[in-house]
Amino acid sequence: MTELALLFVASVLVNNFVLSRFLGICPFLGVSKKTETALGMGFAVVFVMCVASIVTWFIQRYLLYPLGLGYLQTIAFILVIASLVQLVEMVVQKVSPALYQALGIFLPLITTNCAVLGVAVLNIQKDYGFVETVVFSVGAALGFTLAIVLFAGLRERLDLSDVPKAFEGTAIALVTAGLLSLAFMGFAGLAK
Amino acid sequence: MIEAALVLGGIGFLAALGLGAASIKFHVETDPRVEEVAEALPGVNCGACGLTGCNALAEAIVAGGALPNACIPGGEDVSKNIATIMGLDAEKAEKFIAVLHCKGVHGKAIDKGQYLGIPDCRAAALVLSSPKGCNYGCMGLGTCERSCPFDAIHMGDKGIAVVDAEACTGCGSCVRACPKSILDLRPLSMNVHIRCNSPLSGKQIKALCSVGCIGCGRCEKICPVEAISMSRGLAIIDAEKCVDCGMCAQVCPTSNIDDALAPRRDLLIEEEKCIGCTKCAKVCPVDAIEGEKKEVHKIHQEKCIGCQRCVQVCPVDAVMLGAERPKPGAKKKTSEAATDG
Repeated sequence: MTELALLFVASVLVNNFVLSRFLGICPFLGVSKKTETALGMGFAVVFVMCVASIVTWFIQRYLLYPLGLGYLQTIAFILVIASLVQLVEMVVQKVSPALYQALGIFLPLITTNCAVLGVAVLNIQKDYGFVETVVFSVGAALGFTLAIVLFAGLRERLDLSDVPKAFEGTAIALVTAGLLSLAFMGFAGLAK
Repeated sequence: MIEAALVLGGIGFLAALGLGAASIKFHVETDPRVEEVAEALPGVNCGACGLTGCNALAEAIVAGGALPNACIPGGEDVSKNIATIMGLDAEKAEKFIAVLHCKGVHGKAIDKGQYLGIPDCRAAALVLSSPKGCNYGCMGLGTCERSCPFDAIHMGDKGIAVVDAEACTGCGSCVRACPKSILDLRPLSMNVHIRCNSPLSGKQIKALCSVGCIGCGRCEKICPVEAISMSRGLAIIDAEKCVDCGMCAQVCPTSNIDDALAPRRDLLIEEEKCIGCTKCAKVCPVDAIEGEKKEVHKIHQEKCIGCQRCVQVCPVDAVMLGAERPKPGAKKKTSEAATDG
């Protein structure tokens, strides 16, 4: 139990996917202008990441390994992720057209979000069991959501502050992302 | 091999089944007109409508945020098609083309020096404001030419941009690209244009360019409809008021004002050909044509300004070009001379 809790904390804070592993930077910078949109994006990623990890774990464990088809890992995982993203897109469009508009192109782009594939592949690489896979994916997804929401909050404040002209817009956003990443380094060593 | 194909095919098949079911369950009704309107638009995504592309405009038109004639490059055909889709009457969108407000060709406008930097107007504008003596003139380095999606603007051998009126769609890409804001969109039907953009005083301009607007105000005085106003020593034609009479072009002392129809000619209606359709009378901007329906029409020469719009609309080619019209200034002088003598 302690191990699982540690795994969870490690995936949220210590090995945060965006700020420590630098995966999923594209939506992190693209959809972080408003906190609500960032939260919506975060939950879309939570859903895709968790379901994708579980499905890919089963595919790898009971389909690819027994048949000796380990080399199909990447393409099979991408197939699963792409289908899930399509599903999320349909659901979001039906349930919340406003969120659909706000997420725009970044919603289908979750397909190519390396964090999603990253979690799925790491689960296999580290030889996690089913429970560990679930804990790790939920942690990683919540870590992504935490990072993007924190960053969106910072950017909302940045919009109101007096930024030197040369740093306006993306430049100051990247500097802020760097500082946020440095801050997360403070968690290093807390758990493996 | 077969196993790999089966496994991937199986996963794909299951995913497809799931997505197919989901697409039925989560089906969202979208307006089919959006697709139809997008189909009717040219699809070049030039941005002349002010939106990000043709799809964005299609959505805006269907949502009611834009008019069916919002697409300038598409012209009349496109706006008619869109209006049919939307079930509206197409308002005739006037076609606009880009006009260069500078006439300072090599030899007429002096240069500050030879510019050997990056061959782009925006770069050249950073060096002493312009390689030309006049800081408001066309630098002729082709930034507009490269920005044009329709290949309608070219650098002539004379050192200024030349707009190809037939190819130009009035999308405004060059207007946005020009760092000196010398280009401007004007109605295609207008034949008279002021070809200078410099607010400098007459003395300063004469030292730099022999064909610039010196701000003398003669055009403002002679304009019969008060369409010309002087702003900081530069004449500006209000396209809404202008009736295209070309009188300003005739009095301009530096020949800065261009009149595409110069020299203007008298217009006459051939009585045998005229069928009395009244089309010419309707199009005349100064009501110089008179005549009942189905009867021969007549042009009042003292009112006629020689704009030739009647020539263009006449279905039977009954309007003929006559003799050259005398210059308004010249006419006045001879009559004065006569009274003096």
